[in-house]
Amino acid sequence: MPDAKLSMIGSRAVLFQPSCPFDLANQQRIWAIADEAATWKGVREAVPGMTNVTLLLDHVPTGLDRIERDLAALWESGIRKQVEGRLLAIDMAYDGPHLAEVAGMTGLPVDQVVRLHAAPEYTVYAVGSHAGYCYLGGLDPRLETPRRKVPLPRLPGGSLSLAGLQTGVSASAGPSGWNTIGSTDLSFFDPERTPAALLRPGDRIRFNPVEVKA
Amino acid sequence: MIEVLFIPPAATVQDLGRDGYWSQGLGRAGVMDALSHSVANMLLGNDVDAATLEIPLTPARFRFRQAGAFALAGAACGATLAGRPLPRVWAGMADAGDVLELGPMTSGARSYLALPGGIDVPAVLGSRSTQLREGFGGLEGRVLAAGDVLRAASETLPLPPVGLSLTMPALRAAGAAEIELRALPSAEHGDFAPASREAFWTTPYTVSQQSNRQGYRLEGETLAYEASGELRSHGIAPGIVQVPGGGQPIIQLADSATMGGYPKIAAVIEPDLWRIAQARPGDRLRFRQVTLAEAALAARTQQEWLAGIRTQLEGFLTRQRGWL
Repeated sequence: MPDAKLSMIGSRAVLFQPSCPFDLANQQRIWAIADEAATWKGVREAVPGMTNVTLLLDHVPTGLDRIERDLAALWESGIRKQVEGRLLAIDMAYDGPHLAEVAGMTGLPVDQVVRLHAAPEYTVYAVGSHAGYCYLGGLDPRLETPRRKVPLPRLPGGSLSLAGLQTGVSASAGPSGWNTIGSTDLSFFDPERTPAALLRPGDRIRFNPVEVKA
Repeated sequence: MIEVLFIPPAATVQDLGRDGYWSQGLGRAGVMDALSHSVANMLLGNDVDAATLEIPLTPARFRFRQAGAFALAGAACGATLAGRPLPRVWAGMADAGDVLELGPMTSGARSYLALPGGIDVPAVLGSRSTQLREGFGGLEGRVLAAGDVLRAASETLPLPPVGLSLTMPALRAAGAAEIELRALPSAEHGDFAPASREAFWTTPYTVSQQSNRQGYRLEGETLAYEASGELRSHGIAPGIVQVPGGGQPIIQLADSATMGGYPKIAAVIEPDLWRIAQARPGDRLRFRQVTLAEAALAARTQQEWLAGIRTQLEGFLTRQRGWL
């Protein structure tokens, strides 16, 4: 068995986490695995996470050996899914309640936090948490911060937040354990639209700072 | 047709949930207690996936605008129909003008009200469940309020005049002070301190006031996570027991997020999720570790129990209607 972990996250849900660096090439392998596993018998949905993949199953598996072997073989094959995603520019107010705290934790002035956050072109690595939410890859490692010890019970939709090496914009109001640094009024999910989620894995985002308020 | 006269702002229309949108970040929603919901539907001859009204807070009061059948299951709440007390699980006929009253819950935490054919609301993305966070599905994507009218999706079939009742599995084992939840160890189980793992499986956890369809926050022995660094976000599912930095566990439920990043110590098996749904703030839970084989058996046992109830009801109702 290569260096990968398979675990139960529900009686009909398994999580496959290969040990690998957190980068686009490895994420493309995850997208390929999800596409393939979604066609397997007994798999209801295959959902890419951040360099990991979750399989939702029809039944409680009697054992994990077979599924582990098949996932490991796919991962070892190195097959990658390259996506020619769309590029979306988002006007962003850097006015979140934790902006000053993030500056403190990273030891950077607020202006520098905003500059570093708005500099890269982010790639949508995974869609999830809540409807239409996107986990973005490409955060400057200088902006790495811990999750909050106690999650906030309610954060408004359109909030820009970050934790670890991840960042993203909430699509609707809900609880959050991340550090919130900005806001936008863009709609990321609409059940009347097909597909309902605005962005898919492989799409890219640029943030355009329109205001800074710490 | 039934009119809401009074209801606290927490009741929603739900079915067994919305499948197939996890990849777009949309959770299942659906009933918290699939067992009570399914039984309420079966008492009326409905498909188990028909929409019911999930009522987590009482008192509540409804008026039947016309005669019709309905079913009630879940929490004990001293329900009365036109002043006559009803059994905890019951299906029967109401006359036009009858008032159905749900009183304070004395045991359990959610009641389910079913109508013939299910509650008639449009299916959105393949389900009639209310998606509270996103604000769609169910009745206009929201909690119910006084003045709302719920319509049955089909005609009323005759039920015996005294109604139908049945006995549900017990929430707690006989004589037990705690609600037992069977669970599988999850991804970071081995990264908790040995004493914390021991505490998790052997000491009770109390349901806190911060408990809703999204999840239950628990209070008990603090769990020490010994690995360092932040986890990369990954899929989660209803029943997952996460432990944020504070060391107090959270169980994600029907309105669970589809992804998360807190360490996961265990996953409550699906056949026991209804027990959490019926646990009230202050109730104590105890986790019991099971194997995959035991989890599979538990799922099968529950399906067979439901199938047995359906067979019995169908036989009974066929005989009843034969006499009418």
